Amino acid sequence: MTRVDHAEASSKFIEAKDHADFHDKRLWDLRKKRDSESEAMPEWETLRTLASAIKEHTLTHLGDYLEEFERNATANGMVVHWARDAAEHNQIVHEILEQHGATTLVKSKSMLTDECEMRPFLENRGIEIIETDLGERIQQLDDEPPSHIVVPAVHKLRGDVAEVFGRTIGTDAANTDVPYLAESQRRHTRPYYLKAQAAMTGANFAIAETGSFVVCTNEGNADLGANLPPLHIASIGIEKLLPKVEHLGVFVRMLSRSALGSPITQITSHFRAPRPGTEMHVVLVDNGRSERLGMDDFWYSLKCIRCGACMNTCPVYRRSGGLSYGSTYSGPIGVIIDPTFNLRKYSSLPFASTLNGSCTSVCPVKINIHEQIYKWRQVIAERHQLPMVKKEAMRVAGKVLASPKLYRAAVEAAAAGLDHLPRFLVYNPFNAWGRQREVPSAPASTFRQWYVTNRGAER
Amino acid sequence: MKVALFIPCYIDAFFPEVGIATLELLERLGCKVDYPLDQTCCGQPMANSGCHADAHDTEALFARNFAGYDHIVTPSGSCAHHVRDQMTAIEQTPAVQAVRRNTRELVEFLHDVLGVREFPWAEFPHKVGLHIGCATLRGLREAKASEIDEPAFNKPQRLLSAVKGIEFVHPQRVDECCGFGGTFSVFEEPVSAKMGHDKVDDHHRAGAEYIVSPDMSCVMHQQGCARRAGLPLKFIHIAQVLNGARA
Amino acid sequence: MNSRSHILARVRRNQPAWRTLPEIPSFDRPLADPWAAFATALARMGGSVAVPPEGGALDAFICARFPQARVICSATPEVAGTRAVATVRDPAELDDVDVGVVRAVFGVAETGSVWLSEREFGVNVLGFLSQHLVVLLDPRSLVPDLHHAYRHPGFLEARYAVFMTGPSATADIEGVLVRGAQGIRTMTVIPVAAADASSAYQPGRTA
Repeated sequence: MTRVDHAEASSKFIEAKDHADFHDKRLWDLRKKRDSESEAMPEWETLRTLASAIKEHTLTHLGDYLEEFERNATANGMVVHWARDAAEHNQIVHEILEQHGATTLVKSKSMLTDECEMRPFLENRGIEIIETDLGERIQQLDDEPPSHIVVPAVHKLRGDVAEVFGRTIGTDAANTDVPYLAESQRRHTRPYYLKAQAAMTGANFAIAETGSFVVCTNEGNADLGANLPPLHIASIGIEKLLPKVEHLGVFVRMLSRSALGSPITQITSHFRAPRPGTEMHVVLVDNGRSERLGMDDFWYSLKCIRCGACMNTCPVYRRSGGLSYGSTYSGPIGVIIDPTFNLRKYSSLPFASTLNGSCTSVCPVKINIHEQIYKWRQVIAERHQLPMVKKEAMRVAGKVLASPKLYRAAVEAAAAGLDHLPRFLVYNPFNAWGRQREVPSAPASTFRQWYVTNRGAER
Repeated sequence: MKVALFIPCYIDAFFPEVGIATLELLERLGCKVDYPLDQTCCGQPMANSGCHADAHDTEALFARNFAGYDHIVTPSGSCAHHVRDQMTAIEQTPAVQAVRRNTRELVEFLHDVLGVREFPWAEFPHKVGLHIGCATLRGLREAKASEIDEPAFNKPQRLLSAVKGIEFVHPQRVDECCGFGGTFSVFEEPVSAKMGHDKVDDHHRAGAEYIVSPDMSCVMHQQGCARRAGLPLKFIHIAQVLNGARA
Repeated sequence: MNSRSHILARVRRNQPAWRTLPEIPSFDRPLADPWAAFATALARMGGSVAVPPEGGALDAFICARFPQARVICSATPEVAGTRAVATVRDPAELDDVDVGVVRAVFGVAETGSVWLSEREFGVNVLGFLSQHLVVLLDPRSLVPDLHHAYRHPGFLEARYAVFMTGPSATADIEGVLVRGAQGIRTMTVIPVAAADASSAYQPGRTA
């Protein structure tokens, strides 16, 4: 298991100029669309505060709400399963499919199923899985993970999609017309809905009061799947709970506005009970969430409603692409969640940030993302997961900067005309800074020297 | 009112003119300003790298140097933000808490404490792109951030508006981070440089002759990018403009 | 210990100190013309409004709007269509439907959404397999916003309840908006008063 090297990956991403420019502009455009919505709604900041408070209340009473959800969902005729971890989730899903003799599964977008690496698990057991969300389908056909939780193929240009479809579903690879490509996926996928024995969805929200769950989509794929085969399985992270239906007023108003700058998704579906003669199964998944709940500094990350607004606004994410984070969850939310999955593997992620705080400001549930990023850096340093170069440089810096004499010697040496930044400021002296930037010129004297010379009498 | 001046390491080393302008400006406004000679750094470089323990002694030195002052003023938003909101490697005695509480970035001090609105000696007849660093913007809340839906306010711009001849031009992405981010600028150089180049290009396209900022760390990075790209952009700290620099 | 107990025990052990549940205030503001607001919001989301002729037959109106349609499947007695949804036994039979016709229970002015449940669809997938969807909507049934919408008792009663807002759509490929992704290609809302007034929105009704 190798450490993810975000900087290295970002370098490659940036080199592909057309792709990188489009990626940055497209996501910035989504950020601007979000702004238009938030500015048009006088109660926007009030809703953020409410959404945050509702989530915090729910998470601090999560045990009770989970039981209430299970009680009501079961009374409605759903079957509720509990999965401790990814492996158990996959096993449960497989068992359900096996019991129903289902070998073809259509699924809509669910980051949770990606997190659990469900697809390879099921495919190895003979289940054919069709991702039906267009972005996820492109990525599936290209054997690449999704790069953004809302727009999974945002890093691809139409030519890339044409190439993938040409190679896999028999379209004309030279035809890059976007409506043609979308129509091709529509026609290619449609027979699968009709013949699949099972459908899977995720859930954006699960309502304790009614034992129901909500799926917000634009394409119609989730509802085609859920309403055709006789078996519907929904994977739901335990943090998706909300207490009552009325709370959806707050969250549904904020979700699509934050994600895409549209007031609501084209389809917002509420599943409370299976269609007569069919089965509906819910798999409630922990996979580290209950543990994260107990982390004083990091439990707020569980408020996340997976809108992706943090990714859209993050200047680092926009210029490096989701795949450079090496995880299902990328961008700012990924940076604060991924270390809980594997601290060592993801130890570079909290440093793939300038701590600018824009993410925190757009988050509809007011997760203090940049503050958690800062805290993760401390955890990583304490657990000895910092690269040796940095660790050593900080140790030296800590000593030099704590001693007026050592500090003055270092600063005056630098200001005396050496044309590189002091080692304790740069750690990788000159090479990294100077690749694409000029270094500052060295002045004739430091401020302190000037002060002592010109104001020395005032000591 | 006992006022002390904190000059961050990078200004001490590379931009002493910013420290000089800050001191002169405060004195013009009637402050008697001490400059503790044994000051070094606020601890931010270590703290931002997660090296809490390594920041301890530096933070302790800072607290000792600046004990007993009513106001500690610094021409650096990221340093002021660190001291006020993150200086926790050392024991939080009442004296330490007082030092933390009393530390202010220069614009905050001028705008909120002194309540200054006029700078009659100042004239800066140039097209100016104002850059507010992210710690100054979102950490110290010196202006409305573009993400937040609230009434507009902008303390650095308010002060600069009093300067004769100044003309503001606005980049398309008003407050997107410029990509300095401390050690980020070195350890994530590809993205950092791209962000810096994008930022200076944006200001240049908007017609800026000067980028004026309360944050010299950002300036250092943007200047590096602009010079490498051969852009005719000049950079100056807000203290220098408010103190009367003409260019 | 089974997984359920295990998870619940861990959750309860780790739950941080209790936070209070806030009350959701009203965000009501006077809405001069709810229908205009609804129509504008719907248009923004890619749907359209079609006003039928006075006393005109809906069947003829729909046929005129969709002259190529061979299969018009209606879930409402107000429109005959070529196939009544009650005759459908297997949802997959709806694969060939050109135009589905439903009556929505209410609409939401804020978003341009209409609310439908299994009762209104007859067969749920009618709302998604149809190439086009025609939605009859009583203008008196409009609620101002989603806070009001979520008070509807249908959320406690329906097995399946949907807000549909315009046609299906995607912008997954290079951000280019395509209307008519995998579900309906178009949504046409026809303002028609419902036979009984019970669908009219009553302010203050709680779920």
